[in-house]
Amino acid sequence: MDRLAAMRRYFLTRLAGAVPTLFIIVTLAFFLIRAAPGGPFDQEQTLPVEVMANLQKAYGLDQPVWTQYGHYVGALLHGDFGPSFRYKDFSVTELIGQGLPVTFELGSIALASALILGVLIGIFAALRHNRAGDYAAMSLAVVGVAIPSFVVLPFLGLLFGIYLHWLPVAGWEPASIRHLILPVVALALPPLAVIARLVRASMLEVLRSHYIRTAIAKGLPLRTVILRHALRPALLPVASYLAPAVASIMTGSLVVESIAGLPGIGRYMVQGALNRDYTLVMGMVIIYSALLIVMGLLVDLLYAWLDPRVRLDS
Amino acid sequence: MEPLLNIEDLSVDYTHGGMEIPAVRQVSLAVAARESVGIVGESGSGKTQVFMAAMGLLAANAAVRGRVRFEGGDILGVGAESLNRVRGSKLTMVFQDPMTSLTPHLTIGTQLAEVLVCHAGRSWREARNAARHMLDRVRVPEPERRMSQYPHELSGGLRQRVMIGMSLLCEPLLVIADEPTTALDVTVQAHIIDLLGTMRRELGMALVLISHDLGVVAGLTDRILVMYAGRIVESAGAAELFQQARHPYTAELLKCIPSLTGPRQQRMPTLLGQPPRPGDPDEGCAFAPRCARAAPRCRTVRPPLEDAGGSAHRVACHFPLPS
Repeated sequence: MDRLAAMRRYFLTRLAGAVPTLFIIVTLAFFLIRAAPGGPFDQEQTLPVEVMANLQKAYGLDQPVWTQYGHYVGALLHGDFGPSFRYKDFSVTELIGQGLPVTFELGSIALASALILGVLIGIFAALRHNRAGDYAAMSLAVVGVAIPSFVVLPFLGLLFGIYLHWLPVAGWEPASIRHLILPVVALALPPLAVIARLVRASMLEVLRSHYIRTAIAKGLPLRTVILRHALRPALLPVASYLAPAVASIMTGSLVVESIAGLPGIGRYMVQGALNRDYTLVMGMVIIYSALLIVMGLLVDLLYAWLDPRVRLDS
Repeated sequence: MEPLLNIEDLSVDYTHGGMEIPAVRQVSLAVAARESVGIVGESGSGKTQVFMAAMGLLAANAAVRGRVRFEGGDILGVGAESLNRVRGSKLTMVFQDPMTSLTPHLTIGTQLAEVLVCHAGRSWREARNAARHMLDRVRVPEPERRMSQYPHELSGGLRQRVMIGMSLLCEPLLVIADEPTTALDVTVQAHIIDLLGTMRRELGMALVLISHDLGVVAGLTDRILVMYAGRIVESAGAAELFQQARHPYTAELLKCIPSLTGPRQQRMPTLLGQPPRPGDPDEGCAFAPRCARAAPRCRTVRPPLEDAGGSAHRVACHFPLPS
């Protein structure tokens, strides 16, 4: 298949192109975080000057910033994210390695549910265009977009945890789906609502197109018309929204993980930045940017699959 | 015996912004098995609407009244499931714009084969074989390669051949071709018309050819119906209509066909004035404002479609042209 080969070549080319992008992000983040006032060892009580000097020396902060940058990038090229400045005896790799699976599980379940339910609700609303079902679905979608997760999650915890005793309010146990349900709902709701609205609008447009008229005139059952002929073109706007959706879920997980007390990496982003934990913030920036770059790439490939007129060679 | 397609008193009204806009007004027509009928009229005359209504393809804001029977069974207002027993298999349609009428993300092979999978219960493999065979019959070169191509990889003429092939897969009794050549290059138009004629001879199906171009309809049809402002104004055998049109509108249309023989005219003759707009009062003859023969009566009393002598020649005019 020519097209598969073209897709693979495109993927590899773009992946190679992502390296300089990532390098620029690393450089910018490195100097920006150091430009922020204060440092990792500033506390309410000022440390004695000698102690401070020793700490600075131990972590290499006494050296000129360009030398620090050189050391950091050198270590990074060997896959070493460096030691955390605030979590003593922990390397950034260990911290992220512990928290990432939790965040990844939470985020991917939230994204998958937002996609599946959003698409289904969007199709349903389009088929019930301007009828009660359509209005109900779209009103719910407005609620989903408008109410932030830090309101939704405590509310759900109160309702299902404290009043009904169905689900735990917060906390985490490995391999426990029950602990994930409420955070996933809170995290998935905003992107789910956006996806439902996108699918409804694009499905309505696709259903008015000439090729859908042809498909109906061919005497195909409605199910085939929708799933085989209308769904793929109707998903194009969803593909464009995928990268922002991942970003929204990632930032949402910062809040949701703190409220639900989940041991993910979301808290490191906020705490790391507030603590001026330089290496931890850098590690988080690299993980998040790499994820977003890969998402962007997958979206391009998804486009090519959704619409064969999209050309990947150039 | 009842004709293959029998349309009685069909009206189509659109509701738009609280206004009722009539598109088709009490049209009755019949198509016999193996017959070829041309439907002629300018844009907005309702010629397409009649058959879209019969195929159940009108938008949700269209209100359809009347009766449509196909092979003796009602097909109007019966619901998609019942309609799909004939729609796409025995009763098929070829659309105006082959550029937008095929699904862009499915291969030609899939779009053809699914018709047989759906209607004839064939396996995909059998259906694909039959589809490839059909591409060959409608003279698509390299059918094997075309099967795995997407619509955008084919020219307009080829796509229309694919559309025609698609309409013929289940050996239909009636094919409705709605302006099948309007969106195509002039040179390709003749080939497509030719193909429709050949396929009709080979398969023996009935054909309805909708067109605003009398020239396109002329060679391919036995009988021609002329529509104006949602109504049939004249119907006659094709040869008779060309020789002695009785309705002034038909006569004007015929004058608009450029001729290759005879003295060269300075200007292309055109029809003066505009067809009535939706919402205009529906009184008398709709053509009266543009008609040279119109009398006061034409503006108040609607002329019924009546026999006008000749072989099944009918005309709706108070003062038809002499035969």
